[in-house]
Amino acid sequence: MKKWLIICLLVMIQGLALQAVTAESRPVLTLMTHDSFAVSKDLLKTFEEKHGVTLKILKGGDAGAALNQAILSKANPLADVFFGVDNTFMSRALAADIFVAYASPKLADIPDALKLDPQNRLLPVDFGDVCLNYDKSWFAGKQLAPPQTPDDLVKPAYKSLTVVQNPATSSPGLAFLLSTIGKYGEQGALDFWRKLRANDVYVSPGWSDAYYGQFSRAKGGTRPIVVSYASSPAAEVHYSDKPLDDSPTAAVLGSAAAFRQIEFVGILKGTRQPDLARKLVDFMLSPELQQDIPLNMWVFPAVPGTPLPEVFRKYTRQAQNPVLLTPEQIENGRERWIESWTDVVLR
Amino acid sequence: MKSPLRYLLIVPPLAFLGVFYFYPLISIFGLSLAPRGSWEIDKLYQLVANSYYLRVLWFTTWQAGLSTLLTLMLALPGAYVFARYEFRGKAMLQSLVTVPFVLPTVVTAAAFRALLGPGGLVNTGLMTAFDLERPPINIDHTVWFFLLAHVFYNYTVIVRLVGGFWARLPRDVNEAARMLGASRRQVFVKVTLPLLMPSVLAASLLIFVFCFTSFGVILILGGPRLATVEVEIYRQAVHLFNLPMAAALSLVQILFVFALMWLYTGLERRSAVSLMPAMSRNGTRASARSRFDSIMIGGSTTFLLLLLGAPLAALVLSSLLTGSGAGLTYYLGLFKNSAQSILYVTPIRAMANSLGFALAATAIALILGWCSAAFLAGRRSWMTGLFDPVFMLPLSTSAVTLGFGFIIALDEPPLNLRTSVVLPAVAHAMVAFPFVIRSLLPAWRGIPQSLREAAAVLGASPLKVWQAVDWPILGRAMVVGAIFAFAISMGEFGATVFVARPQTPTLPLAIYRYLTHPGAMNYGQAMAMCCILMVTTAIGFVLLEKIRLEVVSKPQITSKDKASI
Repeated sequence: MKKWLIICLLVMIQGLALQAVTAESRPVLTLMTHDSFAVSKDLLKTFEEKHGVTLKILKGGDAGAALNQAILSKANPLADVFFGVDNTFMSRALAADIFVAYASPKLADIPDALKLDPQNRLLPVDFGDVCLNYDKSWFAGKQLAPPQTPDDLVKPAYKSLTVVQNPATSSPGLAFLLSTIGKYGEQGALDFWRKLRANDVYVSPGWSDAYYGQFSRAKGGTRPIVVSYASSPAAEVHYSDKPLDDSPTAAVLGSAAAFRQIEFVGILKGTRQPDLARKLVDFMLSPELQQDIPLNMWVFPAVPGTPLPEVFRKYTRQAQNPVLLTPEQIENGRERWIESWTDVVLR
Repeated sequence: MKSPLRYLLIVPPLAFLGVFYFYPLISIFGLSLAPRGSWEIDKLYQLVANSYYLRVLWFTTWQAGLSTLLTLMLALPGAYVFARYEFRGKAMLQSLVTVPFVLPTVVTAAAFRALLGPGGLVNTGLMTAFDLERPPINIDHTVWFFLLAHVFYNYTVIVRLVGGFWARLPRDVNEAARMLGASRRQVFVKVTLPLLMPSVLAASLLIFVFCFTSFGVILILGGPRLATVEVEIYRQAVHLFNLPMAAALSLVQILFVFALMWLYTGLERRSAVSLMPAMSRNGTRASARSRFDSIMIGGSTTFLLLLLGAPLAALVLSSLLTGSGAGLTYYLGLFKNSAQSILYVTPIRAMANSLGFALAATAIALILGWCSAAFLAGRRSWMTGLFDPVFMLPLSTSAVTLGFGFIIALDEPPLNLRTSVVLPAVAHAMVAFPFVIRSLLPAWRGIPQSLREAAAVLGASPLKVWQAVDWPILGRAMVVGAIFAFAISMGEFGATVFVARPQTPTLPLAIYRYLTHPGAMNYGQAMAMCCILMVTTAIGFVLLEKIRLEVVSKPQITSKDKASI
């Protein structure tokens, strides 16, 4: 019994010691990011070897929590580079003045529509489209036409079919609310949500609960329409437990039906290794890493023409005319919109 | 214990709280409420002026009270059965009871929905059986759903804390009362309940604070119309980055809980009865069962299997039933890193990380809990009255507030711990050590001073007194505390989610990661990882129980041997 405990402790100490040994000798560059950041191990290793550096990755909860930590540690930064500010949080990040400008040569490859900060304190790395997804077989079985636009959701035939996330607690939830504001205008959006409430919309606190709890593809779920991403149908095929010929779900990507979330990288003020930090930013925009993004984070690379993996080519499309609000509009409206959304849908 | 030495005991817990709790908390409050050096209290005023926040506080309080009462009512019979009977499968069942404690809320919610949701097993069964149009059971987004979940999570607190105490109550008192003509009911109300009271109060105190700060359960099962103070703090701090409001709400939460705890710990202290505890294990009985005994055992185990067994079984099933029939596809998938991702972690590695944090957190919590309880069990003074509720505070503080506090406070040497692997273990221990205190205190206060004095008079050294008198009684309570500390860390409660951490993925973090992408394989692997978490935790509990039997039985054998001579 005691032996077992001792073995456990030894394993633990050894683990810590190993970390300490590998972390020594070379300079350490720290990348702070959110929990969903992912990249191939081999790619990081090539970067580390090329620049003789050890890359340390710090995760700080969801995108909002991680950014807030970066802002709070402004006086004594936790990291050299921060990845994962999106356009809904961009104004907050810039107002807090935690990033330094860097006009990476790689920016030339990126379309202007994605570059939201003219001073290049935040550089676009990837983007994803938040939109409605539906369960194809459910609609085929009921012989009901799947939704073509958000307008369809308030029709009587679609009563009790939709699940959305609460914009107060969920980032896709907020993105979908923003897409309705972009589409209908502030007043029109509230009317839309009032009708959606009357049509028995279900509000989940977060994406996981909506997709794995309420969506009809989940065990015990009953609703065939859910707010998710344009890439979700491809992920359904890629992460299927048996070979599939077609995706069981589809995304609604008609005009103004999706909100485009753009993710940015930036160099934190106060870094002691500005040269290495710039190298890391260049690396995030390099063809190798851009190509690595789709299957790791399930979003589109910012550099157009980056070759996409097969599941992406087959089962995803980018939204043709996505809603794009400026970061200032979002920052100024966020609290008020969430507040009135809560009044209309929940209270 | 002699008084000057006794004050040394509270130094470690106070130093720990000072560095890892009060200092970060005061820093974040200072930054939020007095950014320019002077206090700006308009946020606090807004709190009182706006009836919305008062309603949130009221809801938080009554749901916690109701959850506590309900858990107490449903779990006391279970505690009795575990304390008084030996039956087949008892050890396994007792381990199973504690497993829910470590399950992530999203997973628990999914398990309950797979059973009771609109498209769940029970509803579809009833709909086909009675040919119904709509699902007959509709508890989603109702008060009942999260009350059920709170009972599911906290059942074990009563079983372990009260049950552990109950097992040591001597039976002869009850038998004497019965002999004098008291009915079974009278014995329970007049004899057993007063004796049990300290542990009942301790357990319900923990459950109340736990439910008061409930976050995920209310958010997911209670639905978006209901918010606890904790949910509101998270919303303000993370999504709106309105730190002054978040800090004001945290402050209200802390002060409110402190006031309640202060009243409550006083009550608990006064209810202590010192009593010669049953030293041997003759408190439980295996044979000669009356009809009452059979009903108690049968009823409790059936209830347990329904409440705890069914959702857990649903989880296990989801991890085994794949799109192409039953199989181990999901488990095998855990060992493949298809995208070569840095996020990928082998189940073994995640298990090792989880166990490492859990053992470290348990060790810290036990040491701190023991010191605190030793101090609090001593002679009553204004200091015990004050520190008792103070030690409960970490449990009542919102994780996000404390996490942000760590970021701004622990940023300079010698305390530059913001990104250290030590911090998660420290955060877990901080939530866990109130559990150790509450499990130790009722037992400690119950030890009759005369017993120690008798041993000393008979020539026993202080060490011997401790070994022969205190340890046999406290050992069991210590293990109960260790089990909770272990469970809390394995389940990744509290502040660690909001602490920037390097690549040390634990089992719960691995589960969350799978649950953030669509696809049957991701969901299946999350369920498989969940089952691995449950099994690892259950094995941990069984091993901790074993330690107890080993260490606690030793002194008993010697005393029995002496008696036989």
